[in-house]
Amino acid sequence: MQFIKPGININFTGNRVKAYIFSLVLIVISLVSLMIHGGPNYGIDFAGGMLIQVKFTQDVPIEKIRVAMNKIGLKNTSVQNFGEEGTSEFLIRSSNTEMSGDNLSQAVTDELKVSTGTEAEIRRIEMVGPQVGQDLRTQALLAIFYSLLFITIYISGRFEMKWVLSGVIACALMSAVYFLSIFNVGIPLLIAAALAITLFLFWYMNLKYAMGAVLSLIHDVTITVGVFSVLNLEFSLQIIAALLTIIGYSLNDTIIVFDRIRENITKSNKLPLETIINKSINETLSRTILTSGTTLVALLALFFLGGEIIHNFAFAMIFGIVIGTYSSIFVASPILLLAEHNTKQKMVTTPNLQKR
Amino acid sequence: MFTWRGVVNIAVLIGAIIYLMPTLNADIWPHKKINLGLDLQGGMHLVLEVQTEKAVETTIERTTDELRQELRKKDIKHLGVSSGASDGTTSSNKKNTITVELQGEENLKGFNTIVTENFNDYKVVSTTSDADKHRVVLALPDEESMNIKKMATEQALETIRNRIDAFGVSEPDIRLQGENRIQIQLPGVKDTKRAKDLIGKTARLNFQLVDENADVDAAVKGTVPPGDELLYQIENNTTSGSINKTPFLIQKRVLLDGSALTNARVEIDSQFNEPYVSIEFDRKGARIFERITGENIKKRLAIVLDKNVYSAPVIQDKIAGGKARITGNFTMEEAKDLAIVLRAGALPAPVKIIEERTVGPTLGSDSIRMGLISGLVGCILVVIFMAIYYMGAGFIADLALIANIILIGAGLAAFQATLTLPGIAGIVLTIGMAVDANVLIYERIREEIASGKTPVAAVNAGFERAAITIMDSNVTTLIVAIVLFQFGTGPVKGFAVTLALGIVSSMFTALILSRSIFNYIVSTRRVSKLSI
Repeated sequence: MQFIKPGININFTGNRVKAYIFSLVLIVISLVSLMIHGGPNYGIDFAGGMLIQVKFTQDVPIEKIRVAMNKIGLKNTSVQNFGEEGTSEFLIRSSNTEMSGDNLSQAVTDELKVSTGTEAEIRRIEMVGPQVGQDLRTQALLAIFYSLLFITIYISGRFEMKWVLSGVIACALMSAVYFLSIFNVGIPLLIAAALAITLFLFWYMNLKYAMGAVLSLIHDVTITVGVFSVLNLEFSLQIIAALLTIIGYSLNDTIIVFDRIRENITKSNKLPLETIINKSINETLSRTILTSGTTLVALLALFFLGGEIIHNFAFAMIFGIVIGTYSSIFVASPILLLAEHNTKQKMVTTPNLQKR
Repeated sequence: MFTWRGVVNIAVLIGAIIYLMPTLNADIWPHKKINLGLDLQGGMHLVLEVQTEKAVETTIERTTDELRQELRKKDIKHLGVSSGASDGTTSSNKKNTITVELQGEENLKGFNTIVTENFNDYKVVSTTSDADKHRVVLALPDEESMNIKKMATEQALETIRNRIDAFGVSEPDIRLQGENRIQIQLPGVKDTKRAKDLIGKTARLNFQLVDENADVDAAVKGTVPPGDELLYQIENNTTSGSINKTPFLIQKRVLLDGSALTNARVEIDSQFNEPYVSIEFDRKGARIFERITGENIKKRLAIVLDKNVYSAPVIQDKIAGGKARITGNFTMEEAKDLAIVLRAGALPAPVKIIEERTVGPTLGSDSIRMGLISGLVGCILVVIFMAIYYMGAGFIADLALIANIILIGAGLAAFQATLTLPGIAGIVLTIGMAVDANVLIYERIREEIASGKTPVAAVNAGFERAAITIMDSNVTTLIVAIVLFQFGTGPVKGFAVTLALGIVSSMFTALILSRSIFNYIVSTRRVSKLSI
């Protein structure tokens, strides 16, 4: 069986302007949504607060739970239905973090029983103090930063076969970040600056493969974060893990397409780059679709059957893989062409491309 | 068959199965089960912050007392000894200081001798003289207070560990986190309130006299005589549910404290059939106890634990032998826990819970069930898909997939890693992605066959050319997994582990396991057409 016939030839690069517009629109929507919402919707992992998951033996109106929580002095509570349809399970959130030390769970069960007349079981309590939330946020950002740093070093070395140069870039990046950190810049800014420096260095040194990879990576993460913002889904530690995995996965796809492009360049140097890129994407299309397909199948199972706790994680992964597959076909490779137009005279015959 | 690849395959698979056995039956060697995370087996995760500032304050206050006693002993007159911390002034230059006011040159000299002899931890920061009045400020150097904080955290860790050991939790994990935090993981704990009480109780036990001459009612209204403190005895009436608070005026001076304890245990009062905690003092403590009971007959001696009065019995007679009892309407459980905390000793400083994650056992088992079901369904779908899409070769990929899951499980057990819910998600993800390596190889083989190669040549070329790509493409995900492991906490760490294990095992199964199966088929069966 074959979904994609061997001789397939879709003109991907010819549609690149449409793809760019599509991507730009998504990115703009993401950024606008993030601006309107004032940044990502941080869950209690990052914002601090309290979360109680309760399950009732019978159906209970949400309003009664809210009243009960007010009675025991939990401030700023929001109550939300949780779990599958038909089960009466609820998630109670509160910005209060001071009460956990006291006999909170007992107070909650008792009050819920009085107010709703139904037995309640507390299945989960999470309390994150504001200081811990702050620390976790810093940690998450550091994780993103270091992933980006190592991946940048790897792809600048790997894609261009210039390990010395990648070392130089890494040093430049590190010293730039060190320089910025002296001025006590926040980590989000630091990451943005590091990315800008990376892109500039790649452009300046004419490392177009690496540039394409990093751009598509920024593309994927921005849009995934944007979707979370548009749908107002919560940002937790798990989502950070999902985002980083998406980065790894999307690069994985990109590497395979780029490898094929390089292989085809050495095989048929005479052809224009656009034709080679198109040919390479088409040749790897079957693999790209299949791998994304099986991964999506597994993730869909997780999404529908894995339970509420893993739901958002599965959603982020599914969306990220779709967008990552799209970007490795429509964004990363056509960027090579964009880079070519900028550096026309040096093109195609960069000697080290032919080493493999 | 007996190529190096075949041998490696068999060795690795047998090793993996050996490591998986204990998870199914704990008695089998090598006795390493897959650990389940708190989110799967239920339990409590706590992060405590040791209020180390308080430990420094306590030290300063104690030194102030000692200084007073020493001055009295040496007959040196002073106009006042006060600690900067208890002044209420917390400005940084007054923090960690003791101010002493003395009259006359002679007293100042005597005082300075005491300081150099007995209190050389402290530095004299300033001596101001106004006519015959001298005012000396002693300060605790920063490094010394850092030292106290560090010791306080370490001691708190040790004490909490002892308490939890006595409480009896299987496989607790207690460790320092950062400078003054303690992370505690208690798998399977059901009574979380009791555990929290046990861990969080400062358990500072003091014996102090009740001030019989002062007016308690006036104190409740706000005028507490100097040298006294207003404390309460809190009694829970279990039958009516009401809480009874009785105020006491207690002399601030601590006559004896919990550090003199050698043992504490629960006993049952034969008269009222009520549990109480019987305590024993060490030799020095027993002597002090004998003295204070002898000196204060017919007065009330309050037993104060963490600023709560437990009881204040009237001393009937001198008590020798170094034994006392703490009563207070305890339930059996409360008495037991009190004995545990007294035996383990007091925390050097109060602790505050700054992070708590509790998962009930039912949610944990639900998570396991749903995680397994979704994993199984995902796996079956992928297996069916591969078999249909690649036919014969698809079966080989499916075998590799199953081997993969066995290897991940064995890896978890061998490295004693923890399986969490995101960890299960990581395995599911691996199931999806592991196929990738096979797909890369098969697509290559198909291309090679299409270009007219024989099955043997196509298989060899396919594996060889795909190998580099497979290694390469997995490196990025591996980088991410390692970084996540470094920075992640609990569940996310579990995800990083399974992701990394999945990547390594899928490379192994694709490049070595399925290749030897392929080689076996093409070389022994002499197939003319590959089922791919």
